[in-house]
Amino acid sequence: MFPVDWQFHVAPYIQTFIKWLIVAWGPFFEGLSSLVLGVLLQIEAFLKWVPWWGWVTIVVILSWKLSHSLFKSILPGLLIMTIGMFGLWEVAMETLGIVIVAVLISLLVGIPTGIGMAVSERFNAIIMPLLDAMQTMPSLVYLIPALMLFGLGKVPGVIATVIYAVPPVIRLTNLGIRQVSRDVQEAAVVFGASRWQLMKEVRFPLAMPTIMAGINQTTMMALSMVVIASMIGAGGLGEEVLKATNRIDVGKGFEAGWAIVVLAIVIDRISQAAAQKWEPPKR
Amino acid sequence: MDIDIKKPLLEVQGLWKVFGLKQPDFDPQDEEALARMKDSGVVFAVRDVSFEVKRGEVFVIMGLSGSGKSTLIRCLPRLLKPTLGQISINGQSVSDMDEKELIQFRRHETAMVFQHYGLLPHRNVLENVAFGLKLRGVPPSERLEQAREAIVQVGLEGWENHYPAQLSGGMRQRVGIARALVQESDLLLMDEPFSGLDPLIRREMQETLLQLQREVHKTIVFVTHDLTEAARLGDRMAVMREGVFVQQGTPQEIIDNPSDEYVERFVSDERQFYKSPRKPVIYFPKKKRQARPLPRVTAPAPLMAAERR
Repeated sequence: MFPVDWQFHVAPYIQTFIKWLIVAWGPFFEGLSSLVLGVLLQIEAFLKWVPWWGWVTIVVILSWKLSHSLFKSILPGLLIMTIGMFGLWEVAMETLGIVIVAVLISLLVGIPTGIGMAVSERFNAIIMPLLDAMQTMPSLVYLIPALMLFGLGKVPGVIATVIYAVPPVIRLTNLGIRQVSRDVQEAAVVFGASRWQLMKEVRFPLAMPTIMAGINQTTMMALSMVVIASMIGAGGLGEEVLKATNRIDVGKGFEAGWAIVVLAIVIDRISQAAAQKWEPPKR
Repeated sequence: MDIDIKKPLLEVQGLWKVFGLKQPDFDPQDEEALARMKDSGVVFAVRDVSFEVKRGEVFVIMGLSGSGKSTLIRCLPRLLKPTLGQISINGQSVSDMDEKELIQFRRHETAMVFQHYGLLPHRNVLENVAFGLKLRGVPPSERLEQAREAIVQVGLEGWENHYPAQLSGGMRQRVGIARALVQESDLLLMDEPFSGLDPLIRREMQETLLQLQREVHKTIVFVTHDLTEAARLGDRMAVMREGVFVQQGTPQEIIDNPSDEYVERFVSDERQFYKSPRKPVIYFPKKKRQARPLPRVTAPAPLMAAERR
């Protein structure tokens, strides 16, 4: 047995820290909360304002533009119609709203962080273990601080989702920028590129395909986290899954799960095809 | 600052480039210490190199891979910071410039062509050629027009909207040359520009370069591992080995009087070609080269730059 005398808990200190944070930074978190909520409600309202056939048309047209294949554009359209058929349209739009806001925040935070890591070795050394820790930590853990700082509801759901989903875009932005060919960078420098110009004209655009892969990953992870975030009242499809689990209603659970998968497939395909547009032209 | 046209455009004095140096300074005179440093893994890529290049002259640095020639040419625009020594281009001391001055200097006074082209894959030929001007802040319509002229000069008319991946190696290097020409800088640095091309294309590109040089009269520092190329293009050349200039002179002098056994080995093949009447003349005869019109430099370079605007 491990000596009982040696027991030492950090839990109370973390508790105290969070409590202090709530008191000292209360207004900040409230402001942030209402800002996120405002944006979220606007986006949700828009998502619900466009009629269902509007979304089906948009998905079909987008898929057609990106794939030029009849099968690949009709199928996503039919798939998202099944969401409506299961009576989950409104809830799916709520989920989509949270995902969109979470992804936007993730990009806002993640891309500059990734650039910073590519530019500064020291910053890289600080953030890298943090990312490792974030990705090993069970996602449920993120619910607790989000809950404490923002209470129940959609906003903590968004925040927990951001924490869970942001690592891939940071990692891949960093990787993409670091991978840019030395030859091209050297040429740009010799023609008089400043550090800013080198980033703006060469490193960032050439890293774009990799960054897009990161955005895609982040979106997928956000979608999976939204389900878990329903446990703290984020609503949406996750809540349906949760209800079905509690009632051991396999059928309902399947329907909600199906809707999530369909959303994931459609978003994944469209964002991957969009990412291809950033590849430099081949012969 | 007055610039004497007769003065060499490029002067390099006692240049050292040392990799893996622990302490910031070392004494280049202390042979014993140098030997000890070498044993501890310090690499002397360029050792005490001095040379001058006159305006309008093509100076070729020839050496095998690992001889330090690429390191040397990268020291000139300070892509690599020299460990010791002075580099002066157009009367400006490159070795003493701070970051800001260096960027301005690179934008206006030098241009470089690389073995691996270094073109931007996401920009078309026209935008690639105009890239240097964009960095300088030249407005779009103006820089694209100048880029079009340079594209015509290198014979790539009609390819403006293609992307680098859609071009052959030779064509890509033409883009690289056009990108350097459009800068209208006096000094042109070329780091094995034709080494990656197949022999026929290489020959063609050498012709193109000679032809262009007759029009634009650049001062060129050209790095190659190929003596034939060095002899065809160079007004003067240097043979480099293990970071040291083994011999400097005109290609003719070096082929006729190799200074040591190393240069001799290099030269012997070439001499056979040169002397045998049946073989095609690969070596470009020196007399013809001297008949070339003198550099058309009539005013100090900064003044010309001002006129252009």
